[in-house]
Amino acid sequence: MPDALLATPAVSATPHLPALAEILPMNDLLLAQAASGSLFADPKTLVLGVLTGLVFGFLLQKGGVTRYGVIVGQFLLRDFTVLKVMLTAVVVGAVGVYGMRAVGMDVPLHVKGTAVAMNLIGGVLFGAGMAVAGYCPGTGMAALGDGSRHAAFAVLGMLAGAGVYAELDAPVKGAVGSVGDLGKVTFADVTGLSIWWFVLAVVVLAACVFAALESFGPKRGGGSGGTTATDPAAPAPKAAAPSTT
Amino acid sequence: MSTNPLRTFRWSPYLVGAGIGLLSMVTFAFMGKALGTSTTTVRATGALERLVAPEHVAANDYFCKYLGTAEAPKPVIEWQFALVLALPVGAFIAARLGGSRFVEHVPELWARRFGPSRALRYGAAFLGGLVMVFGARMAGGCTSGHGISGGLQLAVSSWIFFAAMFASGVGAAFLLFGREGRRHA
Repeated sequence: MPDALLATPAVSATPHLPALAEILPMNDLLLAQAASGSLFADPKTLVLGVLTGLVFGFLLQKGGVTRYGVIVGQFLLRDFTVLKVMLTAVVVGAVGVYGMRAVGMDVPLHVKGTAVAMNLIGGVLFGAGMAVAGYCPGTGMAALGDGSRHAAFAVLGMLAGAGVYAELDAPVKGAVGSVGDLGKVTFADVTGLSIWWFVLAVVVLAACVFAALESFGPKRGGGSGGTTATDPAAPAPKAAAPSTT
Repeated sequence: MSTNPLRTFRWSPYLVGAGIGLLSMVTFAFMGKALGTSTTTVRATGALERLVAPEHVAANDYFCKYLGTAEAPKPVIEWQFALVLALPVGAFIAARLGGSRFVEHVPELWARRFGPSRALRYGAAFLGGLVMVFGARMAGGCTSGHGISGGLQLAVSSWIFFAAMFASGVGAAFLLFGREGRRHA
């Protein structure tokens, strides 16, 4: 049962496929769906997605996390930019999202399912792959716009990784999917405590981490001065924008 | 010095983090979405595979979960896909406004340890990306979907992922570069 996307281009592009399509229960409905544009979501959704991506990509570049050296520097515990960016985002987002809910706004959550073995093994593979690639999926895409040529190969690898996983999802889930399967839970759900205890814990944790990093951490990634030094191609700030003052 | 922040080369990581946190608030409250990127790799690969092996993709439950079935297809290019495509554009605008003319084929840190070969670096980047997204799909998200969106919701899955990812990344980086390489990071 081929889906909408292939119905038009692939069948006509490759000679052996029409015969295949005839064997399969492919029908006019499919072609109609292809024609009606099931490839794309509605324009409003797409515009909102593009705007979000533009802002996200902009911020990632300004933060320096589109650079290989900054990401690998984090894993080598030399440059804590990544941790600072992520923890700050989590603190602001947690207070903001749960705060909006507390004042009665309709803000649905999007909690991903907990399956301890899947989350844990997946996380281990992810970290190892990220250390080699030098990017995560979002920063890898953004790095393409920030002059990184090798990020293109990381992105191709990501696509391949999705393909490999799609083939192995069933056996992987069959083997370890049920280990520690708790469903879509937050710390409030599993403990019965108010979510605000955990928001508070994250705020305190972040404050301690940041205070420690600013006091004792490596003097890198601590702001505009730190990461600039890692960029040999960076022009002096004065030369960058003489016209704006 | 430029007074226009858009033209500043780097922003404080705290400012950038706060910006991403605010962006998350906006997507949660007004778009009904959480920031994420790695699901898009499944949609993109599934859609590409479907061009050459339609019956294979249609028979794969994992692809069908995201792309739908022949009877009920789901859009390939949806909110997150559009977001992912816009990421390099946003980064490009930021880089140019900041005066960056940065181009990198083989990172300095990598070249110091593994030599200047582009082929080796490109192959490693490919392999790293492959293992990384395999892990992301197994865990159910990546640094944005789990790390930021899940982290801020205090989801148990996301904090397990984040701890595992960070520990593994540190271990892998030290194995790759060692103490000597670290000195140049």
